[in-house]
Amino acid sequence: MTEPRHRWEIDRRTFVGGAAVVGGAVVAVPLFAGCGDDDEAAEAQTSTVRMRINGEERELTVDNRTSLLDMLRERAELTGTKKGCDQGACGACTVLVNDQRVTSCLALAVMHDGAEVTTIEGLADGDHLHPLQRAFIDEDAFQCGYCTPGQIMSGVGCIREGHTGSPEEIREWMSGNICRCGAYTNIATAVARAAREV
Amino acid sequence: MYPFLFSKAADEQAALSAAQSGARYIAGGTTLVDLMRETVERPEAVVDINALPYRDIDLQPATLRIGSLVRMSELAAHPAVREQFPMIAQSLELSASAQLRNMASIGGNLMQRPRCLYFRDVTTACNRRSPGAGCAAIGGRNRTHAILGTSDACVATHPSDVAVALVALDAVVIARDADGERRIPIGEFFRQPGTTPDQERNLRPGELITAVEVPVSPEARRSGYLKVRDRESYEFALTSAAVGLDITGGTIRVARVAVGGVGTVPWRLPSVERALTGQAPSPDLWRTAASTAADGAKPLSENGFKVELIKRTVERQLATIGALP
Repeated sequence: MTEPRHRWEIDRRTFVGGAAVVGGAVVAVPLFAGCGDDDEAAEAQTSTVRMRINGEERELTVDNRTSLLDMLRERAELTGTKKGCDQGACGACTVLVNDQRVTSCLALAVMHDGAEVTTIEGLADGDHLHPLQRAFIDEDAFQCGYCTPGQIMSGVGCIREGHTGSPEEIREWMSGNICRCGAYTNIATAVARAAREV
Repeated sequence: MYPFLFSKAADEQAALSAAQSGARYIAGGTTLVDLMRETVERPEAVVDINALPYRDIDLQPATLRIGSLVRMSELAAHPAVREQFPMIAQSLELSASAQLRNMASIGGNLMQRPRCLYFRDVTTACNRRSPGAGCAAIGGRNRTHAILGTSDACVATHPSDVAVALVALDAVVIARDADGERRIPIGEFFRQPGTTPDQERNLRPGELITAVEVPVSPEARRSGYLKVRDRESYEFALTSAAVGLDITGGTIRVARVAVGGVGTVPWRLPSVERALTGQAPSPDLWRTAASTAADGAKPLSENGFKVELIKRTVERQLATIGALP
């Protein structure tokens, strides 16, 4: 169904995008000079957030509606985190926020001012892969690879939480991550292997 | 998603006054953000309450006090909760996924809205979303819907697991507004749909849940939660049963039984509790007591299986809890 749009919605999205400066000062380009109402509406419905993403301080002005997922992918240019269902059901968008795994599609970026965010891009130490990344390769724990960043970030959380005592326990605590290729057996093996190493 | 104003409340007063001006509270956001994206929820303003001091889990001699902003994962992992309230810990760990449990708050869990597909689909008729529009579920796909507490206006199942445990244990919801604090017995908190399914709880506009209190008891300690679902993990209940039994000297002194997945609200079963009280545990007793679990049920076209399934769910969980050391 087509939903009724507020008259300025599309323009404002462009406006917000145009005002983005990653990692530096925010310069709002006055696209709406002379359009007082739209200007005010746009200002009230955006917020500036500061986050530490993969160890790097970032400052971004986002529409209040922007999910943490969309902010990471479209504004911070970190497209490793994937959008699957966009409703918290598939786990493809899993990232760590303050060391806890969350589904970034259900998180509003504006609610994460001051947060520490780790995405799949921040896991390796230079060219040295995280043990779970290494284990996913060694155990052939993916096929198409689309769910893999979310699986790995969720696996890091699962290991940190200490829920890797048995294959059954790993499966239960990794159930928030769907793999439509069905690589579950090798995913559970990879998580168990990395849990022994970290 | 429609545009909205966003603010972060620094303290309780700021949160209450934002709500008085029409803002919706947001904590974990796992329900609200999802429904805003589907345009089921269309708040003009949202106020983030995560800075408020409702993060403690406090076990007192007679009461467990749970701050409303405690996350599901925190409550489930708490040693005192696992030891003295197994049905709470189990109901939480059988809910949602690890990621969502890290995000979702206990207050938000009690405020979550139904998972009925028609409620979530704004192109279909739903009295809960648009009062008077009709109910597409009654003549539609209703396999997962409720058989107890339904009305001609709405048959949506209450989705929460932990609320079933809290109803079984006679928890109290503590809420606050400008007029002060109020204690709401959880049995009076949730509203059956009747003719006004859009009114889901006995909470005043702008009232803020600050905590939930649960009485300590022997039957809370000997308790557990059984969840039956289409897949083994990360799924809502088809049926579920929270059971707590105080068995002293070979006799059931107190029984607490509530069920999920079958009611429009978390469903207490006083008839089952009465049948158990004062009796000696036995397989026959479990079966006889559980036989009334679906009394009053009104099955729909696709969910008649729940009538038998809920009896078996209760019987199995009675046997499990009765056999605990």
